[in-house]
Amino acid sequence: MSTSPLIEIEDLRIRFHGDDGRVTHAVDSVDLSVANGATLGLVGESGCGKSVTSLAIMGLLPKQNAEISGAIRFDGFDLLKTSDQTLRDLRGNRLAMIFQEPMTSLNPSFTIGDQIIETILRHRGGSRKSARERAIELLRRVHIPSAERRIDDYPHKLSGGMRQRVMIAMALACDPQLLIADEPTTALDVTLQAQILELMRELKAASGAAIILITHDLGVVAEVCDEVAVMYAGEIVERATVDELFSAPQHPYTVGLLGSIPRLDHRAEQLATIEGMVPNMAQPPAGCRFSARCPFVLDACTRTPPPLVEISAGHLSRCIRAPLELLVS
Amino acid sequence: MALLEVQGLVKHFVAERSLFGRALAHVKAVDGVSFSLEAGKTLALVGESGCGKSTVSRLVLRLIEPDAGAIRFEGRDLLALDAGALRAFRREAQIIFQDPYASLNPRMTVGQILAEPLALHDLVPAARRRERVEEILRLVGLEPRLARRYPHEFSGGQRQRIAIARALAVEPKLIICDEPVSALDVSIRSQILNLLRELQDRLGLAYIFVSHDLAVVKHIADHVAVMNLGQIVETAEADALFASPRHPYSRALLSAIPLPQPKAKRATVLLEGEIPSALNPPAGCRFHTRCPFVVERCRSEAPALLADGAGHATACHRTAELPSADAILPTDGGFSPTLSKLVAAFSRKTEGGRPAGVNIQCAASTTK
Repeated sequence: MSTSPLIEIEDLRIRFHGDDGRVTHAVDSVDLSVANGATLGLVGESGCGKSVTSLAIMGLLPKQNAEISGAIRFDGFDLLKTSDQTLRDLRGNRLAMIFQEPMTSLNPSFTIGDQIIETILRHRGGSRKSARERAIELLRRVHIPSAERRIDDYPHKLSGGMRQRVMIAMALACDPQLLIADEPTTALDVTLQAQILELMRELKAASGAAIILITHDLGVVAEVCDEVAVMYAGEIVERATVDELFSAPQHPYTVGLLGSIPRLDHRAEQLATIEGMVPNMAQPPAGCRFSARCPFVLDACTRTPPPLVEISAGHLSRCIRAPLELLVS
Repeated sequence: MALLEVQGLVKHFVAERSLFGRALAHVKAVDGVSFSLEAGKTLALVGESGCGKSTVSRLVLRLIEPDAGAIRFEGRDLLALDAGALRAFRREAQIIFQDPYASLNPRMTVGQILAEPLALHDLVPAARRRERVEEILRLVGLEPRLARRYPHEFSGGQRQRIAIARALAVEPKLIICDEPVSALDVSIRSQILNLLRELQDRLGLAYIFVSHDLAVVKHIADHVAVMNLGQIVETAEADALFASPRHPYSRALLSAIPLPQPKAKRATVLLEGEIPSALNPPAGCRFHTRCPFVVERCRSEAPALLADGAGHATACHRTAELPSADAILPTDGGFSPTLSKLVAAFSRKTEGGRPAGVNIQCAASTTK
């Protein structure tokens, strides 16, 4: 990691206040940083807080019922304290986001060209003509065939894979420094997923932007990311480089995840299972949040919440039993 | 004799009608599909959205009627059955759907959901039904006391267990699993896959497993059929297909799956372009618009599905000329020695101290 990260999240906590007065702890004490040009994978299952974290970075959480504390430092700003006006200037410009559902994230009543051009004009100004040229060039960059004709199409005329390309083109419109991609390929077929992942790798190499890739698919992480943060029940439970995480995981949850996926490159008679269920986040457990499902649990685990500690250089785990190798040697 | 034999199945849906109701355009959802399935085995139908795999699964149960073809179940011609006989047949073949949130009636308790098929087929006298429902729940790893609850009180994985329990209630010989784990989280997925395998071993069930995920298919299938735009392009024993995929489409699918192995070195076949529409499939070989090995002949002449001596069938003009698939195959070794040991320890420990009602309890011979 370089000395000054592009974005630094410190002690981020997000609580949602429900209509019935219940408080849900969606994200708890998350610390993250991403260096210029690096790709960080944020991995976890439904409800672990990975998408909420990304929405907090973008300032897209509803103010009425989301209580956010901590700091998100990006290029001299604290995104949690900046004015809405500044945020609007940053979003779509230096901060960009790609959502999972390309079917619903484009406006159906405008052509894709209009939508890309709007972004360019809002942040860069200039003439509509030059913005249109830039839009065509962006569509070419994401490999949309005959971009100069396609630019006047409405979203419904494009297939899912094409729409996701348009979303990416739009996100890249102002050369963002940070791109957040929330499950960008989950809704796509595998051959299209491979195309989009290839495209993301290309863009990463060409633009030097930092990427936060949110996904539940460990295969996607291994192919695209440099570093990984695994989230469970609102907390980061492990943080490491991809190589380290996949060869020597240091949190039991990560072990369970890696053991439970059917893989083409490993034959398993029986897949590992993670028994039990995610804790109710209205009343998070007192100790380790994974303790109820953890096969390596000790009494101490259920008493106090474990801290995220560095096991080896750059490899952090929120487990008092780490390093886990010692349990099996 | 095979449990299920399907010959030349065809289903075209009308996509557009003229003012007078004449069909103007057809979606060729299934166009000449043949396969057979032995009792107690798993056949996987694999392909991308719109390839017709789900339509095939519904045709086999006659949930929709085919336009042409033959379906035989234990030698009986299914298409000749009248309504009464068809209902009797449905006792022998059941289906599990992808979305466990949509496939259970929210107004019925789990007990009612499971007792309904028993009553419909008059399998168990009313007085004994409650007891039987409890047996079935135990069989899929749920506690019997849960019978009084409603579907909304369950998580996705538990709901899928209930859907499986409902299918098992009538003691079928065949269960069609239409993307049964696609909507589930990774850790829940493995529970359901393990459950399906255990049930197969114990009850001798045959599965038709419809999926887009080849990694899941490799784990569960005995036999695989790869479909593209309404046709089977390759079919073989699972081991043979994963060891040497022949059709360019199967290879592309296989190589497109991201491996959870950061340093994996393998070539990927990136297909250009989009999936053509089944409304207007390309002439000749339906894969030719995206095929990296296309030649002139592919554009005009549709290849036949030809089997070799071992039963590995491929529909490609260039089967014999294609380069070896070795470069795109994932090599074993996804698990580092440390990871292997950790996963083994993780599984061993969970086997030992299973929380009640989450996994399969001893349910020996509850179905007979």
